[in-house]
Amino acid sequence: MEDALRELYQEVILDHGKHPRNHRHPPEANHSARGYNPLCGDQVTIYIETDAKGRIADAALEGHGCAISIASASLMTEILRGKTEAEARQLFDDFHRLCTEQDFAPEQAGTDDQDALERLQVLSGVREFPVRVKCATLAWHAMASALNGGGDTTTE
Amino acid sequence: MATAPNVAAIAAGSNSTLAFDVERVREDFPILRQQVYGKPLVYLDSGASAQKPRAVIDAMREVQETCYANVHRGAYYFSQHLTDRYESVRKTVAEFLNAASDQEVVITRSVTEAINLVAYSFGAGLSAGDEVIVTEMEHHANIVPWQLLRDRAGITLKVAPIDDDGNFLLDAYEALLTPRTKLVAVTHVSNVLGTVTPLKEIIRLAHKVGAKVLVDGAQAVVHGKVDVQDLDADFYGFTGHKLYGPTAIGVLYGKAGLLKEMPPFQGGGDMIRSVSFAETTYADPPLRFEAGTPPIVEAIGLGAAIDYVNAIGHEAIAAHEAGLLAYATERLQQIEGLRIYGSAKEKAAILSFTMEGIHPHDIGTIIDREGVAIRVGHHCAQPLMQRFGIPATARASFGLYNTRDEVDALARALEKVKELFG
Repeated sequence: MEDALRELYQEVILDHGKHPRNHRHPPEANHSARGYNPLCGDQVTIYIETDAKGRIADAALEGHGCAISIASASLMTEILRGKTEAEARQLFDDFHRLCTEQDFAPEQAGTDDQDALERLQVLSGVREFPVRVKCATLAWHAMASALNGGGDTTTE
Repeated sequence: MATAPNVAAIAAGSNSTLAFDVERVREDFPILRQQVYGKPLVYLDSGASAQKPRAVIDAMREVQETCYANVHRGAYYFSQHLTDRYESVRKTVAEFLNAASDQEVVITRSVTEAINLVAYSFGAGLSAGDEVIVTEMEHHANIVPWQLLRDRAGITLKVAPIDDDGNFLLDAYEALLTPRTKLVAVTHVSNVLGTVTPLKEIIRLAHKVGAKVLVDGAQAVVHGKVDVQDLDADFYGFTGHKLYGPTAIGVLYGKAGLLKEMPPFQGGGDMIRSVSFAETTYADPPLRFEAGTPPIVEAIGLGAAIDYVNAIGHEAIAAHEAGLLAYATERLQQIEGLRIYGSAKEKAAILSFTMEGIHPHDIGTIIDREGVAIRVGHHCAQPLMQRFGIPATARASFGLYNTRDEVDALARALEKVKELFG
């Protein structure tokens, strides 16, 4: 098996893809948005609950998709908890660079959360598969859309 | 001139696969020598778009290098010469479909445009309460134009169902037909399930209530002989690029009496008889429906593609593909957790499947690295995906150049998918 494929489909990805964490609809969610990839029909709805101070108290997902999009959504919901909206957006920005820039190094990131970046590093294999970047970022687009007031977002 | 297709001689009426030498056919397709990630290309996505034989590539280049000009306009030699050749393609298409006249052949940019043309021009005669019937397994191209017509004219859109194997349900369809049914828009072959629809019966029943029938033949003309007169189809559309021809060219066959009554689709040059600011009169069909400079070079390519397919013979192609489909079905059924969608009684060489716990998109990415190209996704048939309660499938679709070895390569690649996903 090719290295690039092994790199893409790491154990962590397969695990989160098959058993996504926070796969539920939290009743207290005050932000939500559906991310949709028209290319493959994948759709992931992201729910976010922010507390009085604007911090993300809970993040969850519902939907279906490929291993990459679901694993990314799953990891994202774990990582977002405790972050402010601005921090969440910054992390999306860094994550997008991680998925697209060959020589992106963690120290170039805008976020202070190096642990989060390290966890997300497992998705950097998509760099070798440009058509799959949309899968990896689907949930993140939905998260940004949810924080911006909700609605649907597509990867087109 | 275009080179003659490189095919084994086939006795008339022969349906023996022995007469069909796939290795010689493959030599006609330059792209099949390509490698992908260091592996030989295994192209199993002809249902999305077929590869082109040398004869098509050469014919299009030859026209552009030796005699290109606009058609239906110039008084000079090249324009007249190419007009003759362009019009001769109309004749080739008419013979290909066994149309009564080449004046029943409208050149379009795609089958999508052909369907939109009918929805617009034939649809102009429909009013609120009139009914159009489509089927559950239509491509979006044969759904959305009718929804647009619904929004425009207030027609009612009805959907004829299929069973779990993908068989068209004639009884349920017959029950949908009423005196208000004006058109039935139906695929000849499902691009997802491979189902060959019982067209003759569908058309006969539609005609009984006075409805016309439009057939989406995009997948069908590739796999077998189509005879629009025998079918008694009112409209029949297909596209060049799935028939080993170029993109950006399609065909709408329409019965002369129907086309004659239909208003123009797009306005522009070529489709008029005379124009003044006070009044414009329109050309007779088919030119009435061919506004603007047509896809000239593509038409020449389509003509070459039809010549190529004819030279091999529909029966030989159909027999070869039936063999591939049977073999692929058998091989893939042996893969644990793999489920095939579509097992209609009559089926073309299209094989949709899912694998337990593995998303089709992941299957596509992994086997791509083995050089195997298949389509994954909803195949522009989302209502059909909803019918089966799945977001997507993987689909292998076979063409006249595919081999059993390539089926084996697909099966091996799918085993690797399972290996990776544990």
